[in-house]
Parts: sequence; C-alpha cells; structure tokens
Amino acid sequence: MFFTDFGKYLLLIKAVFKKPEKWRIYWKEIFLSMDNIGVGSLSLVAIISTFIGAVMTMQIAFQLVSDLIPSSIIGQINRDSSILELSPTITALVLAGKVGSSISSQIGSMRVSEQIDALEIMGINAPGYLILPKVIAGITMVPLLVIISIFLAIFGGLAGGALSGAVTPADYIMGITGDFNGYTVSVAMVKAFVFGFVITSISAYQGFYVRGGSLEVGQASTKSVVISCITILACDYIITALML
Amino acid sequence: MIEVSDIYKSFGENEVLKGISAQFEPGKISLIIGGSGSGKSTLLKCMVGLHQPDSGKVIYDGTEFTRLSFEERIPIRKEIGMLFQNSALFDSMTVEQNIIFSLEMFTDMSKSEKIDRANFCLERVDLAGKNDLYPSELSGGMKKRVGIARAITMTPKYLFCDEPNSGLDPQTSILIDELIKDITEEFNTTTIVVTHDMNSVMGIGDYILFLYQGKKAWEGSNKEIAHTDIQELNDFVFASPFMKVVKKSL
Repeated sequence: MFFTDFGKYLLLIKAVFKKPEKWRIYWKEIFLSMDNIGVGSLSLVAIISTFIGAVMTMQIAFQLVSDLIPSSIIGQINRDSSILELSPTITALVLAGKVGSSISSQIGSMRVSEQIDALEIMGINAPGYLILPKVIAGITMVPLLVIISIFLAIFGGLAGGALSGAVTPADYIMGITGDFNGYTVSVAMVKAFVFGFVITSISAYQGFYVRGGSLEVGQASTKSVVISCITILACDYIITALML
Repeated sequence: MIEVSDIYKSFGENEVLKGISAQFEPGKISLIIGGSGSGKSTLLKCMVGLHQPDSGKVIYDGTEFTRLSFEERIPIRKEIGMLFQNSALFDSMTVEQNIIFSLEMFTDMSKSEKIDRANFCLERVDLAGKNDLYPSELSGGMKKRVGIARAITMTPKYLFCDEPNSGLDPQTSILIDELIKDITEEFNTTTIVVTHDMNSVMGIGDYILFLYQGKKAWEGSNKEIAHTDIQELNDFVFASPFMKVVKKSL
C-alpha cells in the first residue's frame, strides 16, 4: 500500500514538473498561491513565533539556575534553538495544518466536482496547472516565513525575558549577538525549503486522488495534515543528521 | 466521425463495459441510453480519455486515440468540447474567465478577441451580459448553458454531453436539447449525449445506442425505438406512466 501510494506520488510529481502550456497563466497562479500561503499565514506564524520565543526564554532561565552560568547564555540558546529547530519545524507544522488542509480540500473539491476532468479534456496538464504554482509558492514562501519566524522568536524572547524578569535586555542582546554561526541559518533554510515542498506536494497529492464526495474530501484533508506532519518530522531528523 | 471498437473496461472485479462497438457520425446527435450502472458514463469517459479502456479502440477520424500519449492527444482534445453532468465550471473564475480559459491556454488571441469570442458564445446560449457572474450565482440551467458556451469556445468537432438534462425542469431541458441540436447543425459536430431523459430520446436522438449490463443491447433511431421487441429496451423507455400512455397511442 505504502509503495503503491509512493509510486503514484512520484508519478504525480513528474507530471507536475512538465513544461507549462503557457507561463503567463502559471505566473498568475503562482502569485495567487504565494499570497495565500505567505501573506495569508503571516499573522498566525508571527503570533506563534513571538509567544514560543517568549516562553522558551522563560523556560531556559528557569532551568539554568546557577551562578556559574552567565544569563547571556539564555539569549544564545534561544537564538540557536529558534534558528535550528523551533522556527522551521513549528512553522512547518502550523502550515501543514493551515495551508495543507486548504490545498487538499481545494483540489479535492475540484476532483469530485469534475473540474479536474474538465481541465484534462481541454488538454491541460491538470497536475501542472493546479499543483506546480502551489509547490513553487511553498518552496519560496515557507523559507521567508521561517526567516520572519526566527526574528520574531528572538524578539519574543527579548520581550518575554524583560517582562518576566528572567533575563535583562542587555544580557539577552549580548547572548544573541555572541558566537553566531551563520551555518545554522543555512540548515534552517534547507529545512524550510524541504518542508515547503513536503506540505504542498503531499496535500496536493491527497486532494488530487480523492474519489467520492465531500466526506472523502474532508478525510483527504485530515490525512494530508497527518502525513505532512509525520514527513516533516522525519525530514527534520534526516536533515539534522546530515547537516550537523 | 468517432468509432469505438470492442471496448472493455473493468474496475477491480466489476466488469462495466463488455465489448462495446459503435460509430458516431458528424452532424448528428448520438444518444447513449441505459439504466443506472449500465456503463454509459464509463463509455463516454473512455471515449474522451478520462478512463483508459482495458482493451478496444477509440478512433477519431482515423486516428486511434487510445494509443496516444497525453501530449499526442492534445491536438484532438482541442477539438473536443464537453458538457459535464454538474457543469464542472471553475468556481474561482467568472463566467467569462471560464469561457476564455482554453483560449488563454492555447491561442495567442488578443484580449479583445477573446472577449468578443466569449460574448459570441454567451449570446449563442442566450446568456449575454452574464460575463462577470460567478458559478455560485447561477441557476442549474444557467450553469449548463455556460458549460455549453465553454464547450463551444474552441469550435469543437466533437461535442460530448454527460446527462445534460439532469436536475433541470422539463422546459429548461427542452431548451438545452434544442441548443445542443442547433450547435450540432451549426458546427457539424459529432455530438454524443449520455442521457436518461426520454424527451431527449424522442426529440433529438438521430442515433441511439442502448446499453444493458455493459453490453450493446440495441441501436437505431428515435423513430425505430418505439417499435422494438427488445424487452429490456421497452422496460427502460416505457418505464414512466406518461411513456406508457404514449406507447398505447402509438
């Protein structure tokens, strides 16, 4: 079953990357998808990242109760945790729920209402027209959202630390500016790129092969979120193991 | 002309089509009729390439469609117009955008030329001025007519209609039938209609193919259908009380 699905997924991805009939039409769809995935998810990602940054700072401060450890280390741990793990992974998991279910149900509804059949009869490569713009939007907008998330998580740590008294702003800023390794950002961007592809392609696959009616569209949407989340966590482990 | 030859199609253990062969002439309306589950829609989907038959051929004017790859089918598909049972209009597009979509994809027409074409198609289906409405703002009959307008945008040689009258009141059904008839004559299309509707059978059926349990049980014209001695066909055609009255008068 797994291998059948995986084979179908690979064949769909192959069809997605066929040469578009007309790039001008595809660009329009790409910008619409970028707006939907990127701008549409910005506020949610911003709220979650800021709060996670704040909570992380307080929890690190709670655990590092030693006079031997400078409190600036709190900022440093929060920065590296946000860049390497929290921002890419939490953002991806949130987007798998928000964007993934939306893509799956949108394409699934088009399948059950025969709109995809209509595209195919017109001679249009339906996987390319429907999925390629979403995949391109995913692999470009998820990294951008992750960058924003990293900044907001670090800012949230500053605000949370200052408001709770866990760490002074001066110590925190000293921590986040000291011993910075730019390679961590590269790891975060690779993760974001892969997660963007995983979220959009898996949810599109689930929607594209829906059979039945609205009940099956809902089930496909749920399934796309579950599979995307598991795949994100598996890819997270593999990328971390390979790059660090 | 479209020819289907010895088409077989199964879904798992369920054998839906069992060796269907038929010829559909240009400029005529061919109806595929039969009870639910008889294989009508499956045959139609095999003909347009939405299903791949297990065996058999679909031939469009001498070209064997079933052997072609997706890319090789595109020139034939540009000559196909299809009206779906639920119209299958693109929800996110206006009526005009639905109609000019294939023109945008496959032609280099200017914007004004495309709009002129959309207006022509909308006038043809008596929906002039409805360009900016979305499918959700249309009635069932209007959706069908927009579906027809979209189907004729590229001036098709082959027109397929999957239950064009389903869910419509009798008067709107007759209007849709008349529209299909006029378009077939105007564009000399090879028109194939899958239907349950007996008004369509009697009104526009130049050639009728009756399927029973996945097999061709009868073929002929609407003038011949009332005088057959095939039990399954008579049971199907004269099932309603109204048609029983009609039969007595024949």
